[in-house]
Amino acid sequence: MTHLSQERAPVLEALNRYKSMRVVPFDVPGHKRGKGNRELTEFLGEKCLTVDVNSMKPLDNLCHPVSVIKEAEELAAEAFGAKHAFFMVNGTTSAVQSMVMCACTRGEKIIMPRNVHRSAINALILSGAIPVYVNPGVNHELGISLGMSVADVEQAILENPDAKAVLVNNPTYYGVCSNLKAITELAHQHNMLVLADEAHGTHFYFGEGLPASAMSVGADMAAVSMHKSGGSLTQSSLLLVNGLSEGYVRQIINLTQTTSGSYLLISSLDISRRNLALRGKAIFEKVAKMAEYARAEINQIGGYYAYSRELINGDSVYDFDRTKLSVLTLDVGLAGIEVYDLLRDEYDIQIEFGDIGNILAYISIGDRILDLERLVSALSEIKRRYAKDRAGMLSQEYIRPQVVLGPQEAFYAESEPTPLEQSLGHICGEFVMCYPPGIPILAPGEKVTAEVLEYIQYAKEKGCFLTGTQDSQVNRIQTVKE
Amino acid sequence: MELWFTEKHTENVTFSIKVDRQVYSGQSEFQRIDLFDSLEFGRFLTLDGYMMLTEKDEFIYHEMIVHVPMAVLPDVQKVLVIGGGDGGAVRELVRYPEIKQIDLVEIDAQVIEACKKYLPQTAGKLDDPRVTIHYADGLKFVRSKQDEYDLIIVDSTDPFGPGEGLFTKEFYGNCYKALTDTGAMVNQHESPFYPVDAVAMQRAHKRIIDSFPISRVYQAHIPTYPSGHWLFGFASKKYHPVEDFNASGWKARGMKTKYYNDKIHVGAFALPNYVKDLLEEME
Repeated sequence: MTHLSQERAPVLEALNRYKSMRVVPFDVPGHKRGKGNRELTEFLGEKCLTVDVNSMKPLDNLCHPVSVIKEAEELAAEAFGAKHAFFMVNGTTSAVQSMVMCACTRGEKIIMPRNVHRSAINALILSGAIPVYVNPGVNHELGISLGMSVADVEQAILENPDAKAVLVNNPTYYGVCSNLKAITELAHQHNMLVLADEAHGTHFYFGEGLPASAMSVGADMAAVSMHKSGGSLTQSSLLLVNGLSEGYVRQIINLTQTTSGSYLLISSLDISRRNLALRGKAIFEKVAKMAEYARAEINQIGGYYAYSRELINGDSVYDFDRTKLSVLTLDVGLAGIEVYDLLRDEYDIQIEFGDIGNILAYISIGDRILDLERLVSALSEIKRRYAKDRAGMLSQEYIRPQVVLGPQEAFYAESEPTPLEQSLGHICGEFVMCYPPGIPILAPGEKVTAEVLEYIQYAKEKGCFLTGTQDSQVNRIQTVKE
Repeated sequence: MELWFTEKHTENVTFSIKVDRQVYSGQSEFQRIDLFDSLEFGRFLTLDGYMMLTEKDEFIYHEMIVHVPMAVLPDVQKVLVIGGGDGGAVRELVRYPEIKQIDLVEIDAQVIEACKKYLPQTAGKLDDPRVTIHYADGLKFVRSKQDEYDLIIVDSTDPFGPGEGLFTKEFYGNCYKALTDTGAMVNQHESPFYPVDAVAMQRAHKRIIDSFPISRVYQAHIPTYPSGHWLFGFASKKYHPVEDFNASGWKARGMKTKYYNDKIHVGAFALPNYVKDLLEEME
């Protein structure tokens, strides 16, 4: 095959060719280029519906690419510096799950920080792998979990020489990075794979002065949310691979991924990859500048602390993503979630999330300085109108999980609904988490402790959206029958 | 030759003025700026294709946005004008000798340059020594001000495009903070007539009443704006626009105006029932 340049977009080009052929469709989808569903076509637009098409020879097939999708994946691999790139249409969740399922089978161990996204622990339920949690450490002022220190990872590796892989957040939701290069070298010395959850790290591959990307330091796999900082459509994502067998990884992906891959999502990956390859450096320079500007303005208001690279400590905060705009709100006397709610309800500003002590506003190429002024002004108003004394504000602490059973065993074990207040000391059979950020407070197989219960109660009082349990009110949790 | 400027007032209604010639066209960082000469309305300014002012009817808007608050507030020394790069509001303000300082905050320097060059009728007083022009985002400018202005005039474009931030709750709240204890804010309040404008008008009203203890709406008849029926907001910390209206004081000034007078002042706050209903829905 001839080498294509990054200016090409094979899937986009194939879809345009296909449209110009005016093929009569007697295949799915049944809306037949939108003609069969006028209301939907009016809402989404005719252009959108005409490319919502089925896999076919001229358009290739996501489950087994041989032509244009294959070319597009090769271009993506080149752009990201990986051996192979898989287009994913079931979200980064499926990319994370595929990584874990590639690395571990039932009963095998995987080393990971506890502040992983629920998708990683879901993968443990599916695969039956056993987590070895590394305490990510907490910045006590901010109440946020950090990265893993290299020494802690080394200890976990030495204590669990049979572990198959190490999973690393690169970066965390808040923008904190571990020393991925050192962890990768260490893991490889012990024949373990390194898997990176780069749900928030797409821009690391293109911007300058940003933390190192997983592929650049030799990690084995990375799940990259193109739809976050990369600009593609929601639910589209990439799984990058170095070294593993492409065929085996694809088999694992195909265990759970749809056979009706959406061409809206696939083409959005192709177009976004081209955009990033050609213009990514300038794009992320602008994003970083906007974030720096907003940070400086927010810090001038007083009371708020918009943090950045000053957190870097050479270990648990090895690097920090300066395109992130995370802000500590506790000194205004408001929980992050309260500021998050006020911004939306009072000021029509929707930010990414608020937790106990922080808010995170997601800054991207789609932003304008004018909009940032609104955010900053609204924060200034919230302080003027709602500021309280800080007393009584709970700061987030790391709650060391007490893993009693493997996640799969606990999830499938016989369990019963137990009122929260009576669940102390029981083994949890499901997840409890605030969403966003979707980092479990309790995962299946963990013991319910007093600390955990206090945290859940406080999060509920402050208005966090709790999820993961069978009981939608999170008044009862499933506990394993003993 | 038939050359027409057309603005869509709704999806189904257009408003056209026959153009004699185009005087200026420029694209700034923020918007497209055009100036035309017409036989009926004289020279007129449009931003992104939306009518801002014509030489023929701009006096209505500028007199109503300035003289109404000036006839209510007893001692206005320091005024902030946000937007209003055409200079019309400033032209009316400099007629008051007690005003010592006028800060004009306009985001788009190119609007001011074009108006200074091509619209001396409105921009002629921008060089008054009491006027300082700040090229900045109004929302940002006002954020850092506290207890500083006796009067804030929000002479904004529509609530989309660069003027968007000037219709937000955070902006009105910041204005409240920037005013002295006796200060007031007057704003361009959109139109109640066509539904899209009316929604913007209602939203602005809701946000202002959330921020100020006194908030009243008044109207004027502006032929070149959509529907011709236009509203202004008067939001204040202490003074009521009608109860505290100093009619004799204003008349004693002997100021010559083409639209505004003491009877109009009181009458402008008398609103049609459908407008009252729209406003009360938000209260």
